[in-house]
Amino acid sequence: MSIRLNSGGRRIDRDRVLRYRFNGRDMAGFAGDTLASALLGAGQTLMGRSFKYHRPRGVVASGPEEPNALMGVGEGARFEPNQRAPATPLHEGLVAVSQNHWPSLERDVGAVNTALARFLPAGFYYKTFTWPRAFWKHVYEPFIRRSAGLGRPPEEADADRYEHFNIRTDVVVIGGGIAGLTAARLAAEAGLEVLLIEQDTIWGGRAPVDGVEIDGNPAQAWVDDTVAALAAMPNVRLRLGTMAAGIYDHGYLLAYERVADRPDSSGAPRHRLWRVRARRIVTATGAIERPLSFACNDVPGVMLAGAVRDYLVDYGVSPGDRTVIVTNNDDAYRTAIALHRAGLSVPAIVDARPEIAGALPEEARQLGLTILPGTGIAKVKGGRQVTGVALCQQGGDGAVTQEIACDAVAMSGGWSPVVHLWSHCGGKLIWDAEQAHFRPDPDRAPTGADGRGFVVTAGAASGALRADAALSDAAAAADRVLTALDQTAGDASPPRADVPSEAPLAPVWMMPQRAGADLRAKMWLDFQNDVKVSDVRLAAQEGFTSVEHAKRYTTLGMATDQGKLSNINGLAVLADARGDAIPQVGTTTFRPPYVPISMGSIAGEARGDLFQPIRRTPLHDWHEGQGARWEPVGQWRRPYTYLREGEGVKDAVNREILNTRSNVGLLDASTLGKIVVKGPDAGRFLDMLYTNMMSTLKVGRCRYGLMCSENGFLMDDGVVARLSEDTFLCHTTTGGADRIHAHMEEWLQTEWWTWKVWIANLTEHYAQIAVVGPKARTLLERLGGMDLSRDALPFMGWADGTLGGLPVRVYRISFSGELSYEIAVPAGQGRALWDRLLSEGADLGVMPYGTEALHVMRAEKGFIMIGDETDGTVIPQDLGLDWAISKKKDDYLGKRAQARPHMTDPDRWTLVGLETESGAVLPEGAYAVAEGTNANGQRRTQGRVTSTYYSPTLDRGIAMGLVWRGPERLGEVLTFPKVDGTPVRARIVSPVFYDPKGEKQDV
Amino acid sequence: MQRYSAFAVAREALRHHRGWGRAWGAPEPKAHYDTVIVGAGGHGLATAYWLGKRFGIRDVAVIEKGWLGGGNTGRNTTIIRSNYLQDPSAAIYEKSRALYETMSQDINYNVMFSPRGVMMLAQTEHEVRGYRRTAQANALQGVETQFISPRRVKELCPILNIDGPRYPVLGALWQPRGGTARHDAVAWGYARACSDMGMDVIQQCEVTAVRSEAGQVTGIETTRGTIGCGRLGIVVAGHSGVLADMAGFRLPIESVALQALVSEPIKPCMDVVVMANTVHGYMSQSDKGEMVIGGGADGYNNYTQRGSFHHIEETVRALVETFPMISRLKMLRQWGGIVDMTGDRSPIISRTPLGGCYINCGWGTGGFKAIPGSGWAMAELMAKGASPLAEAFTLDRFRQGRFIDESVAAGVAH
Repeated sequence: MSIRLNSGGRRIDRDRVLRYRFNGRDMAGFAGDTLASALLGAGQTLMGRSFKYHRPRGVVASGPEEPNALMGVGEGARFEPNQRAPATPLHEGLVAVSQNHWPSLERDVGAVNTALARFLPAGFYYKTFTWPRAFWKHVYEPFIRRSAGLGRPPEEADADRYEHFNIRTDVVVIGGGIAGLTAARLAAEAGLEVLLIEQDTIWGGRAPVDGVEIDGNPAQAWVDDTVAALAAMPNVRLRLGTMAAGIYDHGYLLAYERVADRPDSSGAPRHRLWRVRARRIVTATGAIERPLSFACNDVPGVMLAGAVRDYLVDYGVSPGDRTVIVTNNDDAYRTAIALHRAGLSVPAIVDARPEIAGALPEEARQLGLTILPGTGIAKVKGGRQVTGVALCQQGGDGAVTQEIACDAVAMSGGWSPVVHLWSHCGGKLIWDAEQAHFRPDPDRAPTGADGRGFVVTAGAASGALRADAALSDAAAAADRVLTALDQTAGDASPPRADVPSEAPLAPVWMMPQRAGADLRAKMWLDFQNDVKVSDVRLAAQEGFTSVEHAKRYTTLGMATDQGKLSNINGLAVLADARGDAIPQVGTTTFRPPYVPISMGSIAGEARGDLFQPIRRTPLHDWHEGQGARWEPVGQWRRPYTYLREGEGVKDAVNREILNTRSNVGLLDASTLGKIVVKGPDAGRFLDMLYTNMMSTLKVGRCRYGLMCSENGFLMDDGVVARLSEDTFLCHTTTGGADRIHAHMEEWLQTEWWTWKVWIANLTEHYAQIAVVGPKARTLLERLGGMDLSRDALPFMGWADGTLGGLPVRVYRISFSGELSYEIAVPAGQGRALWDRLLSEGADLGVMPYGTEALHVMRAEKGFIMIGDETDGTVIPQDLGLDWAISKKKDDYLGKRAQARPHMTDPDRWTLVGLETESGAVLPEGAYAVAEGTNANGQRRTQGRVTSTYYSPTLDRGIAMGLVWRGPERLGEVLTFPKVDGTPVRARIVSPVFYDPKGEKQDV
Repeated sequence: MQRYSAFAVAREALRHHRGWGRAWGAPEPKAHYDTVIVGAGGHGLATAYWLGKRFGIRDVAVIEKGWLGGGNTGRNTTIIRSNYLQDPSAAIYEKSRALYETMSQDINYNVMFSPRGVMMLAQTEHEVRGYRRTAQANALQGVETQFISPRRVKELCPILNIDGPRYPVLGALWQPRGGTARHDAVAWGYARACSDMGMDVIQQCEVTAVRSEAGQVTGIETTRGTIGCGRLGIVVAGHSGVLADMAGFRLPIESVALQALVSEPIKPCMDVVVMANTVHGYMSQSDKGEMVIGGGADGYNNYTQRGSFHHIEETVRALVETFPMISRLKMLRQWGGIVDMTGDRSPIISRTPLGGCYINCGWGTGGFKAIPGSGWAMAELMAKGASPLAEAFTLDRFRQGRFIDESVAAGVAH
């Protein structure tokens, strides 16, 4: 059983006891513990259940690569599933639950899958569950879904906050082990700006655990000195608890800082996402130990040898009283020696290599430890806890030579460099046969915009596994960075490490080498996803020989550790099954993030009210105070209507329309796009953008203009005013303002860059208020300051002046068919004008109206609305807007497209008005049916409704629509079925329902 | 063919699964085939499958540059729906959806089609009108959809926040028989079925040139030698422009990377597929328990199948707002796929200027759902010279201005 020793543990503070709960039980650990070390220290070896077979599992690793010990941590709005116990710092009051079991961790009915494992090999679900057909959705799949998944989902909205940082720096060094510290120091001494990040909560990496000496001192002392020196340098930033999540094109790096991952964070963000632009990136990300593939290598108590050492040295925790070591390399002997020195029993060191010669084995021998060369584990004994191992000849088929009682197994299959970040952005790997791992190929680094590599690896991440090699590699990495950035080295000299020599490892991909089917079906490769050696071999046997096919068929490497432990072993098994060498098999693609990062951190502060900040007109607060029912339009909110006490939405809209048509209404039109186009070529430019001729517009006049896409489709409309000889103000739709501004800039910058035109989006500079209705002029005259008579300011004219003492620009334009002025004032004075209009017009019946009244009134008048009458497939000619298309111009955007055969086809659907026979309102979006069906069995259609409203002015339903040869067919009756098939009959009429002669607007 | 069934799995279990043969063959290319399909993704394999099944054309090779199903078939977000607005789109996507319903039985391979329902949220008045129109169109097209209330949205998907401060949910377009399927299985199942019909599925074989005589295709050059053919089908998605160039014509296609991600797996909490087009993101939960998320395509053309981060941020932000509980889930993996976009965002299934050469491309961000229907139409076109389902999707529609624009119905990459 795992146990806390009475002494030792460089990371824990035995004077500070932390209380926490695990599966409802009160537990205690020490400050500095991780959740995993605390549980192990309390004798809790069983920590979870596997994904597919619900096998009992204990912790196997000591870092975020852990596949087994995943926990739900926190409660309520701070609950998070799938937290890696070895990477979860313990804090007072932490609440954790184990996952993927029912009813309990100890007794899980899902474990029946273990008994059935033989019937559930890789990909079995592709071969069955197909009959009867309906059973997949209703029986099989719900069952599979329930037994899959890991932790339970959070139920509440997240109580914590997150934030983003943006920085630029010369160099980012990823990894605060001895290689990263060395590279950072050398780069910083040379004067470069350096960001050094480390995912763990302490500096130093493995060297202090492994007892390395640097420059004659213990590694820890050297680490402390170096960190202190770095911290004192103004050009260095240091961050612990910060993991590099991904490297993207052009030196973009994402780093994930766990700032305050605990409930008592007192307002600090929980996670911080660093968005970093670096000129060079150094990955000093170390290496991860590989498991060995022997039967039942997943029983709780079997751990990586390096992890056993970590728990022992860092936390004073032993995974067992009697630990068998099984290895193919010298490094694992450090674990044996450490355990022995801690007074724990190491009954045997099982070494697959027939010859064992290194300095570490020699030391172990001298300590009296038993070394069994050429030996392997045939099988681990025990269910929920290791009880012993059966040994065999490594070269044999698994015949048991002896059994050893033990309660833990420390395994080491060698170390693989962490190459993920290097690979994210296209860095290539080479196979290092001597060390049996893939490592970065320095000649094929990820390249930046200048074609040069921008990522450099340092230390174990380069494949330089031993401390001495790691340090010289780190110095070389720093040199490469300095050369690339034209920097001369500083005074600091690279450190040197003193370590015993190590003999080469022997690649061991299966233990024993000639294991039969029975054993292979119990050798786990991917612990979490329950992928075994037999599964990968089955995949190869069935033709899934591409590494990607094998991965997807077996789910190898698709668990939350993304293959950090399992990949190389799996590749080796696949290579063997294919009869190929490992490099020929290749690897699957490494994708960001390196370790999963919270969605909250990705969203950052952009949530709730800050999700998409609301754009407010100068009148926003007034609307809010007057019962505005909001409608989101782009990032704005516009009043849909203003509800009065006891009034329904439809009543309010009708009231606003009738009042505007008989008295005077006010509309906040501030959201309309207002883009100034200025310069000697402004007229020429607008002639290309609009279908109309704008260059001939007289100063002081306005013109309604249409804008089309290159494909000829109508994309926006609005009134253009010529302010001066070289200045135009273009109004756009509310939703179109930013898009049209970008559209203008794109054409100007990419096609007509020699034209002298400048563009500014002034949308928010002005408040704009439409004063609409027969009493509009009376109201404005009361404000006084300028002559707004028909003669002084005729229809489609504009004038500058003052109204009520406010500087205004008045446009005489109408979107309702009424006498109408649109008045622009500087935004800061919008509210003053609005208030004046309301007070001066009280006895005239002045009343604001919202967007729905606007829509109804324009439909009564037969005016089109972008987005209703248009949908990206409609050309101006479809809408009877030929009058707005200049015949005199050589060209405009969309002209050529509008000449294409389908665009000039007389059979196109064109704009008409529609009136139901009953007076009812036509359903939104309804289609007019024609006889029969098409070749694909769909009902033929001959038109559709584009806008449909109840018109209070006419007291009946009115609609606009696009109909096959519409204007030729006035008076015909069409049938528009509702969704349920009920027919609605409507007559084709003129689209202008109100004041067809336009007498009301031009008075 | 070795028939798959629960019984077969049980029988094999008793002998350690030693009896399973290859799912598909690994043949050497022959000198000549009646028909060569370039591209062993879903669409290419489905084309070959229907050529054999419907028209008895079995002297067929499907050529694949990498590993079969390794393009967009293996990297999409597996959504299947047919609630399209325009008639030609609704016809082919609905045909496809209907074929998915029986695919597992048809090809004896469990592709796990799960009609769990797809909803597209309406979060502006404009969207409400748009989806009401789509529902009207779908009713006449024979596609079962309906516009549902916010309350019904909440019932169907309890983790959805319908009262978000920025864009409250005003309703949704609901297609109850839309859903998801296991993407890899579609490619594998078709490859197995094609192989079983005697067709050659040839992987690791890159086309380097297209051969022709007197305006008629005669074969292709590949990294594994010359392969003659009477008919050539180009079905290569992102690299369509490259192949078309070899065949001597140009395509109105841009290739961009579409971004997607998955969370770590959790226990089931979401039964339906939700698309939120106003805020730009969509999400479903896989059978494995991962939340499968997509949203935007990169704003620049390229061929690198890499994840970038800008759209991921935008998409996750949108979905945290829509599904607040995912804030404390973690992103497990992100990736990109190269999608071939046409000007009207609708596909091309067409003859080409080169005689005997046909092309099927331009599925953009929506190709997976179309696989069986696309193959059905393409096979018919190649076998008979015309197909009602493909009729509107010709290459020359761009010259004529006869676009099939779905932008009004699908404002989001999907």
